Amino acid sequence: MRLSQSWIIAAKDFKTFRRKKSIVYLVAFIPLFVAILIPTVIGYVGRMKTPAELVVLLPAFLFFYVILGAYLSTPIASYTIAGEKLEKSLEPLLATPTTDSEILFGKGMAAFFPPLAAVLGGSALFMLLMDLTTKGKLGYYYFPDWNSAIVILLLLPLALLMSVQVNVIMSSRVTDVRAGQQLGALTVVPFIGVYVAGELDLINLGVTSNLVIIAGALVVVDVLLFFVSTATFRREEILTRWK
Amino acid sequence: MIETKNLTKRFGSLTAVDNLTLTVNAGEVFGFLGPNGAGKTTTVRMLCCLISKTSGEARIADYDVGKEADALKIRKLIGLVPDSVGLYDDLSAYDNLDFYGKLYRCTETQRKENIQRFLTMLGLWEKRDLMAGTFSKGMKQKLAIARALIHEPELLFMDEPTANLDPESSKTVRDFILELKKEKRTIFLNTHNLDEAQRICDRIGILSTKLIATGTPQELEKALSSGGGTRKTVVLLQEQATDAILAGVRKLPGVGGVTTEGDKLEVALSDPDNQNAAVIEAIVKAGGHIQSVTIVSASLEDVYLKLVKEGGGRGP
Repeated sequence: MRLSQSWIIAAKDFKTFRRKKSIVYLVAFIPLFVAILIPTVIGYVGRMKTPAELVVLLPAFLFFYVILGAYLSTPIASYTIAGEKLEKSLEPLLATPTTDSEILFGKGMAAFFPPLAAVLGGSALFMLLMDLTTKGKLGYYYFPDWNSAIVILLLLPLALLMSVQVNVIMSSRVTDVRAGQQLGALTVVPFIGVYVAGELDLINLGVTSNLVIIAGALVVVDVLLFFVSTATFRREEILTRWK
Repeated sequence: MIETKNLTKRFGSLTAVDNLTLTVNAGEVFGFLGPNGAGKTTTVRMLCCLISKTSGEARIADYDVGKEADALKIRKLIGLVPDSVGLYDDLSAYDNLDFYGKLYRCTETQRKENIQRFLTMLGLWEKRDLMAGTFSKGMKQKLAIARALIHEPELLFMDEPTANLDPESSKTVRDFILELKKEKRTIFLNTHNLDEAQRICDRIGILSTKLIATGTPQELEKALSSGGGTRKTVVLLQEQATDAILAGVRKLPGVGGVTTEGDKLEVALSDPDNQNAAVIEAIVKAGGHIQSVTIVSASLEDVYLKLVKEGGGRGP
């Protein structure tokens, strides 16, 4: 596989997305909004919480960025596949000397990196503001720690990867971008489940071993989805079965 | 340049292309005619290595269609204008072409030169910075042709390039294909348009799942005339054809059929050049007065309609 071919495709998609204002605002604005909103709320509510309660709340809030990552890749991933399908631009693309894997990888990169960059930026701001908000109560800067590194540098990319792959599969089955986005957005459901479980004290997202187990499960899901998405994204399938 | 032998494609129980055997020579414009669902697009997709063949063989240049190792090499030396233009509406005309130039590994200089050259030839250079989405159908079609040529392919596949275009845009596209023909490019042209095929193509293949006939437009017309007697003599009389005139003409040897409509008499003949004198003599003997005599040959349309209807094999 030639990465350069995939990069050409991804770079073209980046250029296209820049002109899609709704996508740009969504991807850039939501992580920043959350980064400011949660520390502001904690600034008020935190006064009523003990340091022990805060230490449970903070990692759960950080996990929110995993949900955001999975959610924000949806509009891009569905546009990059279903959008091409809609514009009927896949056939000329498939007629170029590019393999199916190179095209799929290029599309994957296009859907992966913009939300990753936005969520990394948002989470960095979140951690900074949260530290400033909670230092007085905790007596130390909570972020960054090893668990936040696992959440941001491991769980987030794995969740994004899962979302991108689910969207590739969904996009092959739908006839318009919006339907693809709606179905693809279902990717966030398991992550919301984990987040709610964390809030209900059913799982402690501040424990490293729990995060590693979630990461392991995501790796398995991502590998399985890889086989399904590569089987879905075959030129013959695209040209003869995709509607 | 293209060689197929018993090339077949089935989708489940449906046979889309059945035992297609044909040769397209380098530098030739080959027209592929056929009704909707005849298998033209499927053939192009197989030859462009976009879909697999079910059986048979196909070669493009020295590469095997269907061999995984050759697929990229084939796609590198061909250009495809699909039936749907498939442009990126949110990219400019220039960026659309530049993107494909990069995928074909053209150098920056090659890309710049070819984009300018083809957009200028197609009258789009001044509009190069406009979004493709703002283009008219005709402009989009021209841009799709430029896209297929960006890497200067040896072989160009065009799938109904003038379908749904207004007459002016169709003419521009046809004139451009004729320009490409002058450059001795090999072009495989799928079309419904018989007039277009006749004007542009060196040879024509008529497909209706099976290949029914191949040859130059003239060869196809001649083959039909000799076999089916569709060359005819049209005689315009000064009065309505009488029974005596009809009987006199019908009894002549070599007459395939006689029809009349008012003062017009149509006589199907196997060799009108040599038989017309006898026809004229018979009409005059029966008391007819002749205004004019014209020989009408079978048109490509006649050939096409007859062959597709029959679905039988015929070729020069």
